[in-house]
Amino acid sequence: MSVETLPREEVEAKPVAPLKAKDFKGKVDPDWCPGCGDFGVLSSLQRACVNLGLRPHEILTISGIGCSSNFPGFFNSYGMHTLHGRALAVATGAQMANHELTVFVTGGDGDGYGIGGNHFTHTARRNVDLTYIVMDNQIYGLTTGQVSPTSSIDMRTKSTPFGSVEAPINPITAAIMNGATFVARAFSGDARHLTGLIEQAVQHRGFALIDVFSPCVTFNKDNDYPFFKQRVKKLEDEGHDPGDWKAACEKAMIWGDEIYTGLFFQKKGAPTLGDQEPVLDEGGAIARRELGITVEQSDRIIKRMM
Amino acid sequence: MSSERFDFAIAIGGAAGQGIATPGNVLARIFIRRGLHLNAYNAYQSIIRGGHIFLTMRICDQPVHNHGDKLDLLVCLNQDTMDRHLCLMGSGTRVIYNSDTITPGTPEDGVHLCPLPINELTDNNRNKLVQNTVALGTILYMLDVDFQILEDIITMQFQRKGQEVVDENVGVARAGYDYAAAHFEPFAQSLPSGGKPQAVWTGNDALAMGGAAAGVKFYCAYPMSPSTGVLHWMAQNARELGIMVRQVEDEIGVANMAIGAAHVGCRSMCATSGGGFALMTEAVGSAAMMEIPVVFIDVQRAGPSTGVPTKTEQGDLWQILGASQGDFERFIVAPTDALDAFHTVPELFNLVDRFQCPGIVISDLLISEGTFSVDPDAIDMQPGIDRGELITESNNGASDIPTGSQLANGHGLIGAPSNGYLRYENTESGISPRALPGVEGHAHVVATDEHDEDGVLVSDEFTNPHKRRKMVEKRARKFRNIAESIEPPALLGSSAEDAEITLIGWGSTHGVIREAVETLNREGVAVNHLPIKWIVPLHADAIREVFDNAKKTVIVENNHSGQFHRYLRSETGLSADGHIRKYDGEPFMPHHIVDGVRELLAGTTDIYVPYQEVIV
Repeated sequence: MSVETLPREEVEAKPVAPLKAKDFKGKVDPDWCPGCGDFGVLSSLQRACVNLGLRPHEILTISGIGCSSNFPGFFNSYGMHTLHGRALAVATGAQMANHELTVFVTGGDGDGYGIGGNHFTHTARRNVDLTYIVMDNQIYGLTTGQVSPTSSIDMRTKSTPFGSVEAPINPITAAIMNGATFVARAFSGDARHLTGLIEQAVQHRGFALIDVFSPCVTFNKDNDYPFFKQRVKKLEDEGHDPGDWKAACEKAMIWGDEIYTGLFFQKKGAPTLGDQEPVLDEGGAIARRELGITVEQSDRIIKRMM
Repeated sequence: MSSERFDFAIAIGGAAGQGIATPGNVLARIFIRRGLHLNAYNAYQSIIRGGHIFLTMRICDQPVHNHGDKLDLLVCLNQDTMDRHLCLMGSGTRVIYNSDTITPGTPEDGVHLCPLPINELTDNNRNKLVQNTVALGTILYMLDVDFQILEDIITMQFQRKGQEVVDENVGVARAGYDYAAAHFEPFAQSLPSGGKPQAVWTGNDALAMGGAAAGVKFYCAYPMSPSTGVLHWMAQNARELGIMVRQVEDEIGVANMAIGAAHVGCRSMCATSGGGFALMTEAVGSAAMMEIPVVFIDVQRAGPSTGVPTKTEQGDLWQILGASQGDFERFIVAPTDALDAFHTVPELFNLVDRFQCPGIVISDLLISEGTFSVDPDAIDMQPGIDRGELITESNNGASDIPTGSQLANGHGLIGAPSNGYLRYENTESGISPRALPGVEGHAHVVATDEHDEDGVLVSDEFTNPHKRRKMVEKRARKFRNIAESIEPPALLGSSAEDAEITLIGWGSTHGVIREAVETLNREGVAVNHLPIKWIVPLHADAIREVFDNAKKTVIVENNHSGQFHRYLRSETGLSADGHIRKYDGEPFMPHHIVDGVRELLAGTTDIYVPYQEVIV
């Protein structure tokens, strides 16, 4: 090992100063287009981490590929910028192997609901304890503007020049049906609301989805800031009960002059995947345990083979 | 059966669902407890009920490396077995069958037909599996084994089901034993005893145990024959050994989940077969790019595509060599048998940890699903563990919070951690100390995009060709002189000067070539054998030296196109003089190699493809 280590006590004895949002600024500035909705998500996550008292090394932020998947590079924490669509699979492995980390998964609608759709379904039903923030711009941005799984019918894009004929996925109802235990929607133009939802999502034990309307100012001229500003209505203002999955689905199906944001559904107390994993009952994160097996375990195994 | 040593083979044939596994397991336990060595191959079909199953068990008083050429005893559980396989039986052999349901064919002279009137012997027991137990009694009488030994094993096997079931099975086994005593002639050689008791395992057990010994704490898989045995072993032993085992939605998820667990510090492993490995390939390259150590196992079956799911082949080599886009560093190793597979997995984990890259184990159905005896003392589950340059503790009060001056620099800021930690530091060795997530003062991003030493994406600024070149060369430097980290292949059999033919095989053909070489040497044909285990790195110099000194080189492989031959040529320019290839789904038998050597020496062909006599 090339790096000298100090005894743990000395490290822990140092006073921990409260952090500011800028402390969660990454090594480089975002390369998103000016006005991109993802800026609002980044600042909201930074603010939420301050409010939650988290420190960068306690966080692992995992993304796939796409404009929004560049997120970990702009955020000061441990990060993984993985393959297109695979962030949730990687995150499940990382979270289960070290459940002491706070795990964020950040990505887009194509990454999460398209190429990564299978992992979205199964991560939700497994109730892996992580927060999944989807920056949903209803378009493929990094490939310069093609139809996405959340694009509306009739939307004209470079790959659908005469209008899309495919119905979009509804991430909210899909997540609820797949067994997600925290399902919310936000608008990146309302950072305060989003920050609050992120804080709730982190405090929630289990799989938390926040689908964020994050307008693509370059390629999606249909679903821009004014489109959402005129339409979004907060569920909190209507006395919606997040424990009522049927009401949550009804609200989530509304898409027109009014579009709801806020916490649609939450099932509290459902066991997480980690809760149901007996290997985690004691001994801390498996990633930090001593390797190998004991002589007694080895003897038992070999005896059974004889 | 030869007179000087005990070398005996039993085959049991029947349909799936007729319960071949139970008598197979009972016999295996009896043999290994007497210190005999076992090599069993089960030929089966991709069907749960019906189809044809043909289990060959070869038992020797010395270590045995393949399932052999000939049978001494055939047990027919159905007419199909009689019809298909009676032709394999020669003089002095025995054929046991249920005479109530099976009509014997016309055997060769000297074959003893041994009909069992099952209904009469079992008092018209309506349980269709009862004939298996009667046959067990008959087999053990013929091998001169004391009945008490069978009674003990049956009692152990059935005690969970209650005393009544035990008594019933012991009773019908006794009937088979006594009936044989009254009607059949035992074999000339009785079953030897007194050797050191052996253990029994499959190759998949060995791969899983190698992982457990190496310290695997995270195993995930999607079921796929013939790799599923690894998942089953892991699942069965997970709780006792503190290993987390996950069955995942697809192999894409498997590979990526294993990488996630590996990145935070677990030794992490997954196994699949060719089709599943195809889905994993993008992740293999991502582990190389992010420099995350993880082990993939591909248990080959006959391809292409879904292929022949229950049959063996060495047909995935080029898929594995070409798995994932771009140039990257990874280990590829093809263990030569189950015990070698067990030892290889911990060795590979040490290598991938030291060099921070993926490693791929190539097994096949023959190794993975074969059942073998093993010396229990050879199973060392405490191998040395080397995790390479790993940072697991915070140091010097380092902070992840950037300082004001660092922030003021904006773009190109080097290392947000105040200690200047660079995950991908451009070191002389190419190996950069790896900090595990959670360690304060070392926060960094790993990326599948090309990145600079600090993890920042090259394409986030502008695609800097000098940075790109630096990072490609940094990763490549890890594998400079990499062959020194593994053992070179060694020539076995006749000396290099004497050998008329040098046989070169890779992976699972080791056991069958080894016996063919012994046979040929005994018969006065000087032959030697170069088994290749490590595919990457390849000890090109050691192989070239063997080729330079060989009179005639022959590559033996279980595929159609000579995948290893093409690889060897691409890496070394060496080309073999002849080939023995088999691609009918069944593994080589020793005489296939012996016949091939004779044909190639006679010069009648350059590529010998043996005929498969056992048709299942």
